[in-house]
Amino acid sequence: MKLGARRGETLSGYLTISPWLLGFLAFIIGPILASLLLSFMKWDIITPPAFMGMGNYKKLIEDPLLYQSLKVTFIYTIIAVPLNLGFGLLVAILMNQGVKGINIFRTIFYMPAILSGVAVAILWQKIFNPHFGVLNPILKGLRILPVLELIRSPVTWLYSEFWALPAFIVMNLWAVGGAMIIYLAALQGIPTHLYESADIDGASVWTKFRHITLPMLSPVILFNLIMGIIGSFQVFTTSYVMTGGGPNNATLFYVLNLYRQAFQYHRMGYGCALAWVLFIIIIGFSLIILKTSSGWVYYAGARRGR
Amino acid sequence: MRRSKKTSKKIWTMAATVIILAGVFVILIPLFWMLTTSLKTYAEAENMAWLPRAPQWANYFTALKAMNFWRALGNTILITFLAMTGHVFSCALVAYGFSRLRFPFRDPLFVILLATMMIPGQVTMIPIFIEFKALGWVDTFYPLIVPAFLGGSAFFIFLLRQFFMTIPTELDDAARIDGCSHFGIFFKIIVPLSKPALLTVALFSFMYNWNDFMGPLIYLNSPEKKTLALALQDFNSLYAVQPHLMMAASLVIMLPCLAIFFFAQRYFIKGMVITGVKG
Repeated sequence: MKLGARRGETLSGYLTISPWLLGFLAFIIGPILASLLLSFMKWDIITPPAFMGMGNYKKLIEDPLLYQSLKVTFIYTIIAVPLNLGFGLLVAILMNQGVKGINIFRTIFYMPAILSGVAVAILWQKIFNPHFGVLNPILKGLRILPVLELIRSPVTWLYSEFWALPAFIVMNLWAVGGAMIIYLAALQGIPTHLYESADIDGASVWTKFRHITLPMLSPVILFNLIMGIIGSFQVFTTSYVMTGGGPNNATLFYVLNLYRQAFQYHRMGYGCALAWVLFIIIIGFSLIILKTSSGWVYYAGARRGR
Repeated sequence: MRRSKKTSKKIWTMAATVIILAGVFVILIPLFWMLTTSLKTYAEAENMAWLPRAPQWANYFTALKAMNFWRALGNTILITFLAMTGHVFSCALVAYGFSRLRFPFRDPLFVILLATMMIPGQVTMIPIFIEFKALGWVDTFYPLIVPAFLGGSAFFIFLLRQFFMTIPTELDDAARIDGCSHFGIFFKIIVPLSKPALLTVALFSFMYNWNDFMGPLIYLNSPEKKTLALALQDFNSLYAVQPHLMMAASLVIMLPCLAIFFFAQRYFIKGMVITGVKG
């Protein structure tokens, strides 16, 4: 009886997870292996695939488009992710200062983070337009535009090789609420007695921030950092819609290049090789961050520096 | 001493409020500009008039007609709701198995499931396309719907599992004594008690499918099968210099997402927080 019940539970267990098991085989592990195999082949879908050894990877090393797309993606990641994390933290801390009407403010800040896709990309394409967009008149009014013109003139945003990538970074800042909402929840979870005892010891605002807030938030900062990096390596829709990778490949993000190689030029094998390089880069980044995180991430209840 | 501390706290709160108000203003400018531009005449949009002299509601009719809105809307609704149904059912069932039932290799399998969240979709994209092409499913809605019924999203499964873990197991035991099967427990106890979590998954799924661009771009070719995202992109490549029409069309497509967000924002926040803070 007992054995029968156990066996019944095993059967039910596998039945319940069977959709995922099927999906895992058909859409994850199967394709991953196929992708690796295809990356050693030449295939245009129409003629049969031909094995070509390291051919795709050799071509990849000499492909200027790969280096351009890596450069664009890296610059974007290195600037946009920390900016987003920093501003998100700043806004969350400001909101947590007993500000009245926090619910309304939180809603407004979070709203852009849930908007995505073609409509948002088109909205920003028009905002950045130097002829009828709203951004340049505002910057002019605030006396910021002349400063930007000193750096590189004209400031035509998506039409300028120099200003196109900064435009994507500005647009990304609009969605700062995504990181903020997670920080805010974590801030509200910090026990107030920590601050109270610090107050008794006469700790300054900075000391409290440095030695209570930051350590207590560090797991969430780690989460936002890794999610931000993965997200910025996968930018596609905005670059496809806003610039098509231009001007002169100045916004050729990695995935846009991959999409073009595979689905416009029908280089399936080469596309798979590009996908594997992306995979290795993302895994590498995540591992480096996780490895170094034990030095700066504090888990309540765990000893530091494991 | 105490009073000075209180006043300094007050000044601090005031300063924070002022900065946040400025931030709110900046966040809202794009949406405000989108709305006003969508109601301008072409000349007003070109000359960057602050506000339209008379709101041009006709822009909306012109834009929606030019982009074949209604057909694309029908396609998008069909795909979005079928995929949403698939996500909610399959992810809930899988999460139930992982959170409530004991079977060999359960925990290693769950670790694998978590690990799949780190795999960028681009790695599997090309072979999945080839699979669907072999099935003759290119230029049909199946590639955008069927995966949702097969576990669909590791993120949703994780979110639901976290929620199911908070339901006391005593309820399962009581039901089992009454002769309830494992699937009976799932439908009679877990599902009714998890409505908020299931709704969260449904809403995230809706947002994802409504806005998805790359999936339809890869799989759908025929004009009559295009989704809103594709139709809007086509419209933009033809009418890029007509900001008033583009803003009208974009606003209409954003509207359901904005409405859902305002009415159900606590579910989004809960979903984000469960995965970000407790995960």
